[in-house]
Amino acid sequence: MSYLTITDLQKHYDSYHALRGINLDISEGEFVVFVGPSGCGKSTLLRTIAGLESSTGGSIELDGRDITEVASSKRDLAMVFQSYALYPHMTVADNLSFALRLAKIPDAEIQEKVRSVSASLQLDALLERKPKELSGGQRQRVAIGRAIVRQPKVFLFDEPLSNLDAALRVQMRLELARLHKKLGTTMIYVTHDQVEAMTLADRVVILNAGQIEQVGTPLELYRQPNSRFVAEFIGTPKMNLIAANKIVRHEDSLAIELLGQQINFPANRLKGPLPDSVVVGIRPEHMSLVEEGGDLSGRIELIEHLGSEAYAHLQLSSDQTIIIKAPARTELKDGQEVSLKIDISEVILFNENDRVISVIPEEV
Amino acid sequence: MKRSITRLLMAPSVIMLLVWMIIPLSMTIYFSTIRYNLLYPGQNNFVGLMNFEFFITDPGFFPAVSNTLILLLSVLIITVVLGVMLSALIDKPFFGQGIVRVLLISPFFIMPTVNALIWKNMMMNPVYGIFAWISQSLGLEPIDWLSSYPLMSVIIMVSWQWLPFAILVFVTALQSQDTEQKEAAQMDGATGWHIFRYLTIPHLARPIAVVVMIETIFLLAVFAEIFVSTGGGPGYDSTNLAYLIYNQALLQYDVGVASAGGLFAVLLANIVAFFLIRAVGKNLTV
Repeated sequence: MSYLTITDLQKHYDSYHALRGINLDISEGEFVVFVGPSGCGKSTLLRTIAGLESSTGGSIELDGRDITEVASSKRDLAMVFQSYALYPHMTVADNLSFALRLAKIPDAEIQEKVRSVSASLQLDALLERKPKELSGGQRQRVAIGRAIVRQPKVFLFDEPLSNLDAALRVQMRLELARLHKKLGTTMIYVTHDQVEAMTLADRVVILNAGQIEQVGTPLELYRQPNSRFVAEFIGTPKMNLIAANKIVRHEDSLAIELLGQQINFPANRLKGPLPDSVVVGIRPEHMSLVEEGGDLSGRIELIEHLGSEAYAHLQLSSDQTIIIKAPARTELKDGQEVSLKIDISEVILFNENDRVISVIPEEV
Repeated sequence: MKRSITRLLMAPSVIMLLVWMIIPLSMTIYFSTIRYNLLYPGQNNFVGLMNFEFFITDPGFFPAVSNTLILLLSVLIITVVLGVMLSALIDKPFFGQGIVRVLLISPFFIMPTVNALIWKNMMMNPVYGIFAWISQSLGLEPIDWLSSYPLMSVIIMVSWQWLPFAILVFVTALQSQDTEQKEAAQMDGATGWHIFRYLTIPHLARPIAVVVMIETIFLLAVFAEIFVSTGGGPGYDSTNLAYLIYNQALLQYDVGVASAGGLFAVLLANIVAFFLIRAVGKNLTV
């Protein structure tokens, strides 16, 4: 049963078509993350849902009510902004209670709500402070508290963690995930950070140039992207892409020539017609180093040590480099010649229109 | 060593400022204690506080002090209230916004004398004035503003002159107001009035304090508008302290009494400044 339904939503600015027909169903209690590169329309989509931007076509329905033309103050949504947007001259307590006071809720009830929210977010000791006397993380919690205290139908988050430092971001991410578990309220979250998207979301919506590129659980998007865009966007380091021009179709396999060497791709995993040329996508962790008889070979250009693991940049030919994942305490050296074995079950093929033409086998 | 170089380098400007301030002030103090009437040259004997006594017992003194304060407060209230309202109105984009802004700000570039002449001859004149024409076309008796409501006429002129300054400051301040805060308030269920009341006004607290202080400095010494339009009259109805001092020095040729008046004006300015800074100055530290 869909809770928030977006149908063919359009947004035109003067000469710019920002949202090109968005269709999306969100269930109650779901944590949905909009992710995409800058300018893809994810913030516009969120602001249109919030009513801060008017749509130029299509409709938004929340809990059975058409809210497309409803003022944002009447939509029963709460939003957490990137800059937190706390009211600077009000204390934390006043910030938290602002919406309730406007709604003319009795004082006792307001105090009770503010008290319980501030307790759950560890803001009790800060209630009399002004926003400028708070640290970034505390401001963030006040902004979240201000949204929670109203008990809205949907929470909207507009890149809420991007102003925090790395350590705090990880911590707040965890707190948000806990909060969602505890409240069970529908949440929509915009970010350009795919790690946030992957870790927080029940479902991820990937946007590109004002359109939805793919919707799915984080793992679906990772293992079975629809397009080259999604494949490249999700995953760090990026998926390796190697163009292959010579493909020979055998009875139950495709012989694909990759930089002079041949790999065999099971034919039953192909969907749709076989194009003349394909792009082969392999994630860094789906290749392993072998002594000899590998599918690819190259020279190590650079090794990045991350402590828990290492990434080796390999020069395969003059114009093709790839990244592979290696164990943390690798023996590899710069300039070394290595041979690679590809895990063929995780290989993805793209056609010349960057659409995926392979399916991933069922999990074993 | 380093310290003395710093002092040496600062010396010219500090000395300049001191000379600029100290010499006129000490001369005024000196003149205020001697008999110094331009009609009786050479009789410059020391008279103690007699000049002060003459100034304070002058029939124009109390009207001048109260007119000065009424003028100051009225213009402050008019420019701040109207300024905030107009700035909030022209903050949102609309067709012709640029032209409207320029028009609203342009009175500030007009000289006080010209301003007073325009109001005197084109607006408030009982025969040719636009106000008279409006009254007549409504079938009413035209009002002779300058003689019937002299102080109010001056207040109108000075407000017209200073409203643009307030608008200029407030419009700039409004542009620095965070849009996300307004949007957050909107999401919190705030109407336009709520946003104005709970976000915009507090945001403007500091600019308002600045406008009040700067305007106070200039409004205590309004002169040109009075000189050109009402000439302080009728009687003392539109005479303020600055005009009374001018009256003493250059119409009654008594520089001694005028100097005493000047010192009294300094005193008054300090008293007003003391209360104003206590009232609005705390906004500056927020």
